Amino acid sequence: MAAKPERPRVLKSSRTLHLRYDIPISKIAKFWDELQRGRITTTKCTKCGNITFPPAADCSQCRSSEINWIPLSGEAVLEAVTRIDIRPASFAQEEPYLVAIGRLKEGVNTLARLVGVRLEDAKVGMNLVLRPTRTAGRAVWYEFAPATGFKENNSS
Amino acid sequence: MRRVAVVGVGSSKFGRRDDSNLSELAFESVKPAMDDAGVDGKDIGFVSVGTVGTWYEEPLPAVAVAEYAGLNPAGLVRCEAACASGSAAFKVAFQSVASGESEVAMAIGVEKMTEIDMPTTIELIGRAGNYLWEFENIGMTFAGYYALYASAHMARYGTTEEHLAQVAVKNHKYGAMNPYAHFQSEITLQQALDSPFVAWPLRLYNCCPVSDGSATVIVASEQAAKKLTDTPIWVKSVGTASDTSNLSKRPDYLGLRATIQAAKQAYEKAAVSPTDIDVAEVHDCFTIAEILAYEDLGFCEKGTGGRLVEDEETYIGGRIPVNLDGGLKAKGHPLGATGCMMIAEVTRQLRGEAGKRQAPIKNGLGLAHNVGGTGHYCYVTILGRQ
Ligand SMILES: [Zn+2]
Repeated sequence: MAAKPERPRVLKSSRTLHLRYDIPISKIAKFWDELQRGRITTTKCTKCGNITFPPAADCSQCRSSEINWIPLSGEAVLEAVTRIDIRPASFAQEEPYLVAIGRLKEGVNTLARLVGVRLEDAKVGMNLVLRPTRTAGRAVWYEFAPATGFKENNSS
Repeated sequence: MRRVAVVGVGSSKFGRRDDSNLSELAFESVKPAMDDAGVDGKDIGFVSVGTVGTWYEEPLPAVAVAEYAGLNPAGLVRCEAACASGSAAFKVAFQSVASGESEVAMAIGVEKMTEIDMPTTIELIGRAGNYLWEFENIGMTFAGYYALYASAHMARYGTTEEHLAQVAVKNHKYGAMNPYAHFQSEITLQQALDSPFVAWPLRLYNCCPVSDGSATVIVASEQAAKKLTDTPIWVKSVGTASDTSNLSKRPDYLGLRATIQAAKQAYEKAAVSPTDIDVAEVHDCFTIAEILAYEDLGFCEKGTGGRLVEDEETYIGGRIPVNLDGGLKAKGHPLGATGCMMIAEVTRQLRGEAGKRQAPIKNGLGLAHNVGGTGHYCYVTILGRQ
């Protein structure tokens, strides 16, 4: 083992990078278009019937590229939940937030922020609704909230 | 496939190592591994370097490391399997020898994670899932992903915060005996339970630290191994599997499918069962991950991982001692170094060189379980005295 010097000497690099990505979404742009109109949709393979979330231009089950767009009901059951206390650098300005995975009625899971409920009341098995929203950065997106009009279901 | 043995291992001290750059840090494990094996640079036929990178300045780390350690002109590759990059590098070195392509090969695992600020590190690791759908508009963190698993496991099986804390207490106990460990101090259950939340239900003491470090493993053919050492440790098998990029695409959050599949392969190829294993290194990046590993590796029934640590069955003297070097929790988790460090530790245990941390070795079998990402990759390596 190397002996540790009293005070490690470092050379602070003077070259910096600013990384920002242009993420191509042409093949699944309909998702954003529908979301703008308040509808959450996804893709279903016309060949094998595979429904995926997030939407995809190509089917990972049968590798067909013939897909249909379908609406999602938004009805979900909470599968897992957390609160992000220690946030990443680019989310540092937000207060700690809840994130949940919900299983949608259509049989696919979604990972999204969970709002409108305290952590201690967010229970695995409770009914959720997935709905359009805007992020703190004003991007159109989607979030979970507790479903109203459903009784809490602690079946699992 | 030829039989392959581990003939040399080396480790650097893990921790905040701002006294050394990437190459110097790798050198700290390469040299002792070469001394341990009794080989020279010209003997090494192939070198694989496991490292994730982006938090240090070198874009071609394998090249920088190999030149500095005098390993040119050996064939060289960088392996990336997230937190399992070290095990991936080991598999490549193992296959190079097993296939007959080389007689002696080297796997170097190295990571230098503390050259950038902590929130940026947390951001870079948090992006390691599916960037567009689970990070861009959500802000997941690595602790957050494992916390989701913890919440589901707790709800389904009654695993408690105390169980999670018990893993931390055990791993700190053994880390305190390991001179290479980042943290070499014991903690109390109460300390763990009182620490602040990182991602509910995971508290600070449920999370491994951000560390720098390196570990190196040298493997050789049967013929070469018999010339080099009296205590070859044989590679019985390597099992490997993968899972979805999106956490949301997994059917449940109660275990890691990649672990279950990689373990099945490793046990079958080695023709052994979980109860034959004398000592194990498992991937405890978060304490819940160690509990999932107990179950997914078959050390206990699904859902009873919490009870296994509560009953001290994973301590020395228990049914299956786990992470006797302190695990990722206390020893630290320099991503690329971890897999090689696990294999180095299992080798030391099987050689009987672990001192105060030595597990009783009955069947001569040890296991290293290395997960990449949040179960995106898994490598299970079984080593044996015979
Ligand atoms: Zn299909």
